[in-house]
Amino acid sequence: MSTVTMIYAGMFYIATLLLVVGLVYKIFDYSRTPAPLLIPTTPAPTTQKGVVYRMAKEVVLFESLFKSNKWIWAFGWLFHFGLFLVLARHLRYFTQPVWFWVDIVQPFGKYASIMMVLGLAGLLARRFVVDRVRYISTPSDYLMLVLLLGIGLSGMLMTFVAHTDIISLKEFIMGLMYFDVQPVPQDPILLAHLAMVALLMAIFPISKLLHAPGLFFSPTRNQADNPREHRHVAAWAARLDQNN
Amino acid sequence: MAVAEFDVPEMKDDIEVPKVREGTMSHVKSFLAPKPVQDFMGYPHELGEDWKERAIDKMGDLLGKYRSLKVFLDACVHCGACTDKCHYFLGTADPKNMPVARQDLMRQVYRRYFTTPGKLFPKLVGAKDLTKEILDDWYSYYHQCSECRRCSVFCPYGIDTAEITMAGREILNHVGMGQKYSNEILGKVQKIGNNLGLPGPALLDTLEGLEEDIEADTGVPVKMPIDVKGAEVLLITPSADFFSEPHVESLIGYAKVFHAAGISWTLSTHAAEAGNFGLFNGNYETMRKVAMRIRDAALELGVKRIVVGECGHAWRVAYSFWNTLTGIGYGGNDPFSIELQKQLDPAYPQPQHICELTNDLIKSGKVKVDPSLNDDLVVTYHDSCNVARASRMGTEPGGQFTIPRELIKSVVNNYHDMADDTIREATFCCGGGGGVLTDDLMEVRVKGALPRATALNNVVKENQVNFLALICAICKAQFTKVLPKYGFDMSMVGGVHQLVSKAIKLDVPPQAD
Repeated sequence: MSTVTMIYAGMFYIATLLLVVGLVYKIFDYSRTPAPLLIPTTPAPTTQKGVVYRMAKEVVLFESLFKSNKWIWAFGWLFHFGLFLVLARHLRYFTQPVWFWVDIVQPFGKYASIMMVLGLAGLLARRFVVDRVRYISTPSDYLMLVLLLGIGLSGMLMTFVAHTDIISLKEFIMGLMYFDVQPVPQDPILLAHLAMVALLMAIFPISKLLHAPGLFFSPTRNQADNPREHRHVAAWAARLDQNN
Repeated sequence: MAVAEFDVPEMKDDIEVPKVREGTMSHVKSFLAPKPVQDFMGYPHELGEDWKERAIDKMGDLLGKYRSLKVFLDACVHCGACTDKCHYFLGTADPKNMPVARQDLMRQVYRRYFTTPGKLFPKLVGAKDLTKEILDDWYSYYHQCSECRRCSVFCPYGIDTAEITMAGREILNHVGMGQKYSNEILGKVQKIGNNLGLPGPALLDTLEGLEEDIEADTGVPVKMPIDVKGAEVLLITPSADFFSEPHVESLIGYAKVFHAAGISWTLSTHAAEAGNFGLFNGNYETMRKVAMRIRDAALELGVKRIVVGECGHAWRVAYSFWNTLTGIGYGGNDPFSIELQKQLDPAYPQPQHICELTNDLIKSGKVKVDPSLNDDLVVTYHDSCNVARASRMGTEPGGQFTIPRELIKSVVNNYHDMADDTIREATFCCGGGGGVLTDDLMEVRVKGALPRATALNNVVKENQVNFLALICAICKAQFTKVLPKYGFDMSMVGGVHQLVSKAIKLDVPPQAD
């Protein structure tokens, strides 16, 4: 086994471990932290079913962002929806035989990379052009977009310009999944693509990428508006009632 | 101490997003609470040697108690959606008044002490050590937020800057930097029973005077009962309703509604205050203590219904939190809440907003009104932030928008809404909410009122609006003081029940002689 293969195999095992353990810990941490008061941003749904519908609109359509700013919404939605299709397409490297719907998504996933990169470019441009957004941007905000652009552009290069050996790539990935490590194709573009993906996975649970699980735990969005009908008390707050 | 002079911003045709001008409001510093005030609240009154440890400890404590704080500090991606949504930013151009930047004042410290990247690569992620300079920034900018939640409507993750501001003020309290205005009021309400610090006898005296005024005015003996055991309704209303103009006009309106509907009601000296400044400081236990006065009064007086007068943040606390804090509401199955629930009349929502009550009475014909008595007025309505974005009226989402409007339209003939992006869930705060309604923050208040004043100006010009109807004691106090700076007459400000009071038809009893 070549050194490069060993490095990449190790890198992906570590990145996956960090991603999974980090996310599981964060989700556990969010769920154990109580929300002592009902603070949905109103008007809010009055039932749990309504909350699921409100949340679905936030997750799929970015409803609040749409109300806020059409530019951020357009770029943000292009990027996220593009990324979603691209990720779906990538499932073909992880499944044997390839699931039928992944085959269906395949051509869309190819061109969705364009959406993704356009969206990212727009978001990056806003960080330079809009004075308010420039003011709040930290180095990591720019680097995160650059990293994602790097992933998207290197992927597009391999899809549209300089094809890589996807048969060997799939063998490498399936090998990782079944703990039977196969050589990684030594294509510099692919190696760069994979390294950036591993980095993104590793930093996911310790960065602002936590907005993904965070949204589901956001009390202003996930609480039903029913305080007059239901008594909502957190455990630490319920103890105060005992003293009366 | 004199408050610095400042320029009133120029009102344009539309609400404009200003170019960022750093530091324009960094000089603002609300008066610090002195020793006796802090002592009563159990907070230190000056920074000790260990202030930094205390601050970080408190932050850790709050992060463990409030999911909102933890999720909101993690989830922000700096997308910029909120940057042009805060009335204080629109009125001051100070970038630290952009919601995300206000949050970042705390987030930079959170990242440094509570996250791995912030500990390892602070510069990369904008993490910073807590310094006196940052603490001063907190004090300045967490008192330039009215906790109005407008930003939370537009945030893709629902991040509510109010939650961060509340946590910031709580930490400041714990290191000895309390705000004089809010903490003084929290002392008064707990010691005397209301925010204005009015003793019981003064209150009785005032109510008697008002009864005489109403009778002289209408010929009808409308009563203002207080501490009456066995009354059906306990009315909890902001203490400003007893003494301030135009607030008192709404109190007269409530009294007339109860009289006309034949509902027995009472006020309470022990709970002569709907306002609960515990909300503003993010201290659950303080907020609970202040709210417990209402539970105690309800139990003592044996009332069947609890109705809340015109007050924005008070309605948020009453509607959203009273059940949680004090068991005023339904659905509790613990002895603490059952004790009160079994006394309350399940035919009515508990607590009930005075607008819900009056609107129902007018719609069902139990109270008669003549809207033509308000024909001298062209009315618009300002959605108070806490009512709009943190509570509800009626049974349907959005009832907090439709019910007050329905009520207003039933008592006036001329009504016009302000522009859509300035009302309902997108309403602009009056600029004085959330513990900002103090003269030492006048610059913040005046500049923060710019978006609302601009929207108002447009309906004044286009529709000849001459009355701004409100359901919040803070809005009333703020607008009467601040709108004149923008050239409006302060008499154009008043309560919804001031309009009801004018239009309501009372049966004049036959003269005895």
